[in-house]
Amino acid sequence: MNRQAQSAVLFVLGAALLHAGLTDLYLRYVKAGLRPLVLAAGVVLIATALATAWYEWRARAKEQEHAHREPRVSWLLVLPLFALILVAPPALGSYSAMRTGTALQQSYGYAKLPQSGPLRLGLADYAGRAVYEHGRGLEGRQIVITGFVALDHSGAPYLVRMALNCCAADAQPVKVGLTGQIPPVLKPDGWLQVTGTYTAKRTKDTVNGGPIPYLEITQAKPVPTPRDPYDETWNN
Amino acid sequence: MAVTKAPPRTRDTGEDPRPAPDPEARRLNSPLLLTLLMLLVVLCQGPIRGALGAPVMQSWMTVFVAVLVQALPFLVLGVLLSAAIAVFVPPSFFARALPKNPTLAVPVAGMAGVVLPGCECASVPVAGALVRRGVTPAAALAFLLSAPAINPIVLTATAVAFPRNPEMVVARLVASLLVACAMGWLWLRLGRTDLLKSPARHAYEGQGKGAAFWGSVRHDVMHAGGFLVVGAMAAATLKAVVPQTWLRTAAENPVIAVLALAALAVVLSICSEADAFVAASLTQFSLTARLTFLVVGPMIDLKLFAMQTGTFGRAFALRFAPATLALAIVVSVLTGLVML
Repeated sequence: MNRQAQSAVLFVLGAALLHAGLTDLYLRYVKAGLRPLVLAAGVVLIATALATAWYEWRARAKEQEHAHREPRVSWLLVLPLFALILVAPPALGSYSAMRTGTALQQSYGYAKLPQSGPLRLGLADYAGRAVYEHGRGLEGRQIVITGFVALDHSGAPYLVRMALNCCAADAQPVKVGLTGQIPPVLKPDGWLQVTGTYTAKRTKDTVNGGPIPYLEITQAKPVPTPRDPYDETWNN
Repeated sequence: MAVTKAPPRTRDTGEDPRPAPDPEARRLNSPLLLTLLMLLVVLCQGPIRGALGAPVMQSWMTVFVAVLVQALPFLVLGVLLSAAIAVFVPPSFFARALPKNPTLAVPVAGMAGVVLPGCECASVPVAGALVRRGVTPAAALAFLLSAPAINPIVLTATAVAFPRNPEMVVARLVASLLVACAMGWLWLRLGRTDLLKSPARHAYEGQGKGAAFWGSVRHDVMHAGGFLVVGAMAAATLKAVVPQTWLRTAAENPVIAVLALAALAVVLSICSEADAFVAASLTQFSLTARLTFLVVGPMIDLKLFAMQTGTFGRAFALRFAPATLALAIVVSVLTGLVML
């Protein structure tokens, strides 16, 4: 790859990072906190591309011929460009969720619940309270949680949220089983907001033996994919 | 690796009627190739998207893109700093800063890795430059091994990737320093100068500072970025395709777990600024096994072996790499037993 081509690749790579950082696209791949770094990297890459083009142009003007032996491995940088610009793969969904064991962990403590009204809980928050607090404070309350649908081998439905530490490579699912009035048709990866009540029913994840609590649902409504598809509460 | 200038051609002597053919002209012009490739992919968008619609492929691509989007900012940061050091800090400074006694110079050079940030791809040429500037090779090698593993960027990334295990950061620092110093002293005892190929001339001499700086940034991003793509592909394959049960089987036996992650670190060749995040995702493995991954990775992997062969010669790399690997595994396990 000669310097002009390198300049072009650097420029497009920088532009792709800027595009991902300025839209919500980056949230499909990394945690929200990395945004400033992603934007800064985009700016530096574009600056490098411009500087490369400028020095190359000056060198040509002075007719300084160089024999550039550049590593072939640089051509591989074209792959993420195509992946990011043309395909923009979606956030991890049911396929990864069902291959990986539930990552539910005991929390140090749970915030006090509001006294009245339906409880809007994060999916991992509900799962943690149901498993490790045995549903204390949840009985008789209307609970609303949001996540995407995943079906196991037997077709049993789960509501899942992927939890993220840094980037999608370390994303792990937290699963809640669905029981009660399950909608007749469930599309994997479709996002649902379900309303229901606590049940003591449990099961074990077939992948890693982790605990999966259930929710007795009364109502389920499709919702659009949230802005940040991952649960980032683990980041603190 | 150094980009060396071609010797000036002697066209006006008239001795040789046929000037040597320009190597660029015989090869396919790379901007043209790049444009054709882009056009082809844009035209075939539909079929490509269809082929990538399968859940395996989607999940693979998501992890692939995620590793890159996450690692590129760290790579760019490291490359900027290393270019600044390569261009604006005079090489004689390093020679003056180090003790004259080689046995003492080794740990000092190893510690110097803390303040000289850069990813492992950057530390190979810097170590080559140190040797050329008269620094004792043992000290340069200690620096070569320690700098990519213990600089602030890498340690910060490690702390971010292991929010629940801050002791991991300390363990990584200690184990990496120990291996680097031990390899330096080993070279003092067993090393022979004839094993070292005298490295090529430094690339940035005779250019303006701006040109040298941006040239270094461009080269490092293109070079390390290409290897980063290889690492991201391997990591995505591991995450999306390899059954979790394999990793779980390997993780169950503590000895196999350590060896498996050491092998993985060598094969994956991930940039040291990003490897902590991959290690964090290998949740099935013990912390000691993951520490081995973090200590081995920045010191020896496939791409580093290639770079060391290029900079210091094959005879050197063939002896240096296996010794580093063995020592890194042993020290990581010992550190893991004590600290984790």
